[in-house]
Amino acid sequence: MIQVRILLVMMIIGAAIAIGSTDLICAIVALGVVGLGISLIFLLLQAPDLAILQLVVEIMSLVIMIRAFGMKDTVNIRERRFIATSISVILMGFFLVFSMAAIFEIPRFGSPLMKTSLFYLRNGFRQTGVPNMVSAIILDYRSLDMLGQVVIAFSAAIGLVLIGRKKIHASTANRAEREQK
Amino acid sequence: MIKKPEHGMTVIVKTVTRYTDVLILMFGMYFIFNGHLTHGGGFVGGIIVALSFIHVMLAFGKEVALKRVTERIIKLCVGLGAISFLLIGIIGFTKGAFLYNFFRKPGVDYIGEPFSLFSSGIMPLMNVAICLAVASGFYAIFIALVVYKIGKRR
Repeated sequence: MIQVRILLVMMIIGAAIAIGSTDLICAIVALGVVGLGISLIFLLLQAPDLAILQLVVEIMSLVIMIRAFGMKDTVNIRERRFIATSISVILMGFFLVFSMAAIFEIPRFGSPLMKTSLFYLRNGFRQTGVPNMVSAIILDYRSLDMLGQVVIAFSAAIGLVLIGRKKIHASTANRAEREQK
Repeated sequence: MIKKPEHGMTVIVKTVTRYTDVLILMFGMYFIFNGHLTHGGGFVGGIIVALSFIHVMLAFGKEVALKRVTERIIKLCVGLGAISFLLIGIIGFTKGAFLYNFFRKPGVDYIGEPFSLFSSGIMPLMNVAICLAVASGFYAIFIALVVYKIGKRR
């Protein structure tokens, strides 16, 4: 799995560039590298379903983020805060140590725990009659989770429309401009 | 639509959009209706359908895009998708449990004929409901970013 590791290194470099760059457009484009890497990794791990979804979501979020941030003036933060930076670095160190301890407990890559998934693979087609096992799991065995996902998508859309629902009419915009003069 | 040069992008983009947009919509529809047979499903298909509408809005401008499919219809579709998913779940109570596959006959393993388009009970209906909620939800988010302007603070 040397390809997956090369892609992971590329994604980490892309994320670092996205954090470090001072230009917003540059950061958005560098963030696209991360999503593309995840999409290619899904394709290499034989999950074309998730690869298509990740690619489409990446295009969509790129359009939305450029529409939302692209026209704004870029803000350069030059102020250096030593105390906050050092505290966050120490906390990151603790997090890395504990996560290393957790990673050694996980079964090796390529030999997963097959307790519930083996049941689905053996009985899924006979019980549901669906060739696509992902659909059989998310729409039959775990359809309550799917209800939660639909509710999340619904409430995200409704919340964003509710926050930005105030239209500025032409008359009030002109009046605001006159008041500013 | 193409005779209003003041809205949207150039003539090249508009011409390409007129031919490719239907194909993108068809691709999304294929993903939705074959979600239980091949790779894909409601989420992927819904986002592709939303992208086809966003394509129209980017190429032709927001006045043309919001003339037929108005905001009221989009907000209605967001609610309709979530409500219809919940209704499919509630109808399952008539056969026993919440989100039960109510086309299932007792004692028979498969529902319908496997590998055919109209099979597996409520799963295509659920895919359509998910597609309605996701597609109109993402399109509503895009419209909220494009049409609504947040007032300047004084």
